[in-house]
Amino acid sequence: MATTTVKTETFVGKRIRRREDPRLITGTATYVEDIQMPGMHYAMILRSPHAAARIRSINTKPAEAAPGVVCVFTGKDTKGVGVVPCGVAMPDLRVPQHTILATDRVYFVGHPVAVVVARDRYLARDAADLIEVDYEVLPAVADPEKALAKGAPAVHPQWPDNIAFTYHQDGGNIDKAFAEADVVVKQRIVSQRLVPMAMETRGVVAEWRGADRQLNLYTSTQIPHLVRTLVAGMLGLEENRMRVIAPEVGGGFGSKLNVYAEEALMGFVSTRIQKPVKWIESRRENFTCTIHGRGHVDYYEVAAKRDGTILGIKLKLIQDVGAYHQLLTPLIPQLSVLMMPGIYNTQNIRADIVGVFTNCVPTDAYRGAGRPEATHGIERMVDVLAAELKMDPAEIRFKNFVTKDKFPYATATGLMYDSGDYAAPLRKALDLVGYVKLRLEQADLRKQRKYMGIGISTYGEICAIGPSPATPAGGWESATVKIDPTGKVTILTGTCPHGQGEETTFAQIAADELGVGLDDILVIRGDTAVVQYGIGTFGSRATAVGGTAVYYALQDLKAKIKKFGAMLLESDDVTLIGGQVVDNKTGKSTTLQEIARASYRALKLPPNTEPGLIATRFWEPPNFTFPFGAHIVVTDIDGETGQIKIRRYVAVDDCGNILNPLIVDGQVHGGVAQGLGQALWEQAVYDDDGQLTTGELMDYALPRAHLMPWIESHHTCTPSPVNPLGVKGVGEAGTIGCSPAVVNSVVDALAPLGVRHIDMPLTPEKIWKVLAAKH
Amino acid sequence: MNINLTINGKSYSQDVEPRLLLIHFLRDIAGLTGTHMGCETSLCGACTVELNGKAIKSCTMFAVQANGAEIVTVEGLANDGKLDPVQEAFWNEHGLQCGFCTPGMIMASKQIIDRHPSPTEEEIRHGLEGNVCRCTGYQHIVNAVKAAAAGAGK
Repeated sequence: MATTTVKTETFVGKRIRRREDPRLITGTATYVEDIQMPGMHYAMILRSPHAAARIRSINTKPAEAAPGVVCVFTGKDTKGVGVVPCGVAMPDLRVPQHTILATDRVYFVGHPVAVVVARDRYLARDAADLIEVDYEVLPAVADPEKALAKGAPAVHPQWPDNIAFTYHQDGGNIDKAFAEADVVVKQRIVSQRLVPMAMETRGVVAEWRGADRQLNLYTSTQIPHLVRTLVAGMLGLEENRMRVIAPEVGGGFGSKLNVYAEEALMGFVSTRIQKPVKWIESRRENFTCTIHGRGHVDYYEVAAKRDGTILGIKLKLIQDVGAYHQLLTPLIPQLSVLMMPGIYNTQNIRADIVGVFTNCVPTDAYRGAGRPEATHGIERMVDVLAAELKMDPAEIRFKNFVTKDKFPYATATGLMYDSGDYAAPLRKALDLVGYVKLRLEQADLRKQRKYMGIGISTYGEICAIGPSPATPAGGWESATVKIDPTGKVTILTGTCPHGQGEETTFAQIAADELGVGLDDILVIRGDTAVVQYGIGTFGSRATAVGGTAVYYALQDLKAKIKKFGAMLLESDDVTLIGGQVVDNKTGKSTTLQEIARASYRALKLPPNTEPGLIATRFWEPPNFTFPFGAHIVVTDIDGETGQIKIRRYVAVDDCGNILNPLIVDGQVHGGVAQGLGQALWEQAVYDDDGQLTTGELMDYALPRAHLMPWIESHHTCTPSPVNPLGVKGVGEAGTIGCSPAVVNSVVDALAPLGVRHIDMPLTPEKIWKVLAAKH
Repeated sequence: MNINLTINGKSYSQDVEPRLLLIHFLRDIAGLTGTHMGCETSLCGACTVELNGKAIKSCTMFAVQANGAEIVTVEGLANDGKLDPVQEAFWNEHGLQCGFCTPGMIMASKQIIDRHPSPTEEEIRHGLEGNVCRCTGYQHIVNAVKAAAAGAGK
């Protein structure tokens, strides 16, 4: 024991490069497809080429006889496997039986019909072509509004109206608000279907160890524990006999926040063939069979006073469900309703959702999940209202913001906004972009019949999902922090980061709390046999909920460290600082390493204290967090071609305290890219027969490097009172703030032509048509 | 048929089916799983490797077409544990998140710097056109390429 030299370096708040990167930049990370096992077989799934058809017969014999093929399974074989679960309970929810392989009917292009298992992926692919399926093709419907029309083909014959669910919410007195209004503006707004398009497609390796009755399932998922619970249930396997490992996961964006047929199917196959089996989704399958996002048709009405005060908002929301409910499908539009007032002070809302079955792949959570749709709606409507009242779009926003003295603020939709200063990011963004000067320039350009637009979006969002009563599977998160006998620290998190960088940010939290270096800490996630039960990574929750669980586990551990330290120092007055416990009276100290060794050696124990240094916490958040911000986009439009050029993109986001600015910038950039994708390029298009005509990268326009503008990312900081870290979440902010800013900008540019709204994506063709029609 | 090729300085001689894709040779036969299959159609660039000094997409090339070639994959960049400047720059500039596109991005970035030792932002962005990243919005990748070029030119 020595006198103290205290380590003063801290890590939280610093731009620290990520600890997960060395394996990723050297090509040594292990994604599902990189897993090899002795005796491993390969599965290929035969899928329906039709959106709606009856299966008359399936002849698997030619495939079974093909070289290298071990077996072929169809829906008849998998009848004993449970259905793909929908995790949402609500009154009158119609839940079709979602079997893992089609039985007598197919409901969308890509519907799995049979699985071929062979000793080689090429041979499996060859054999899949030999399966003969006799289909009786039926009429399909792929558009939710067409599906609601009388006489439309029934997606599920038992429900001829195609209604999957309805949901109604009223807040305040909407009829009074509309009766008292000076002005009511109405607009139909579409948030088109999008393909999440994680760079790594889904993939599963299932390894059944018969002698142990143990199924190991490697799957590219955001929620390994929930997959274990639900897939074990589908397979009729005791949950403790199943281990789910999410190895390196190559992006998810919500598309891997799910339980998919293929996860159970591979488990089934492996138990049957008694060998490991691998299935890797092709990109085409990823387009047609992994969930899509958005898929809204929204009818908005906003009532306001002549001075711009918003009195009430009505929304009729048509949600394209697709053919089935996946894990959270019916929940997503409800998130839109929760967010529908945005960050504006109106207490009167009415929302009606109708979820509609279509012969398409199901929709579910995609980055933002319901909040981008809501933000796009309200932010477009505020601009529509401003145009109607001939008000400046910034002014009308300042007029309607919930002011900073009103927090916590109860919304008309039943939320309690935690903290906010909504005017601050807008003021900052207006300054940064040079708003006043730009408006003058715009006036000049308009005289020259040139189209320049300035678009503002001021968004709020629900993050840190969330309090368990409001979350289908529980919304808490878990953490274990343990210190080995040699003094090294391991964090086990129930979150499942797949690009968000929590191996770094959680280490930053622990390093500061314990006073150790980042190299002393290891963060482990994604293995149900190693990590205590957890919920996962989605809904901008990992740091705000999972990080908080880490923080509280650290507090418990620190208390124990101090007890051991006090015992070793024979003191009753000690401080833990800089990785040492210091006797406040004598200045003598003992290191974390000495304490750890003593705690495991256990020759002597402090009173009422067990050996070892380990602490586990399951933290239940008392509320969501509510980040916010302002994005301003300046566009120039080529009057000849309709080409949109983004001149400036200014993002001012308030995500509370920032643990690692480098990572936060990356989250904002990536989020904005996906928002821009929706605003300008991306759209999943099904034709009238239910064929996905944008079913590969040749036809689905993603943001690429040469298309992206430079994003000027800035922040204001309003800490969240919901958690001790003061963090709010930032994973989805860019996506949520972006699309209305872009569309508002383009509509603003075209306003002299009388344009009030254009639906996304704003392709040059669409803009050119608007220009051509007005000239 | 029998093919001979050199990958990261190591010689391989192997009988392969004519239809075997180069990426599957790299991943399954050579065991170099850093090169990723992202789209099977040349459109995402996750499978980019260097073949005889040129960046190519290994998902749409047959292994037999690479007979006699010298190939460098992401695993061949670091030397004696020392990272290549492009790898180092991707790390420093946070040019990756999920990491799946990263090996291809790094190989494409090396090609950009080979062609334009001091690339402009526009040259970088056009050079990366064939490589999709869904996480970063490309901005930190652009910074990484700039930083790598500046460092490599020193």
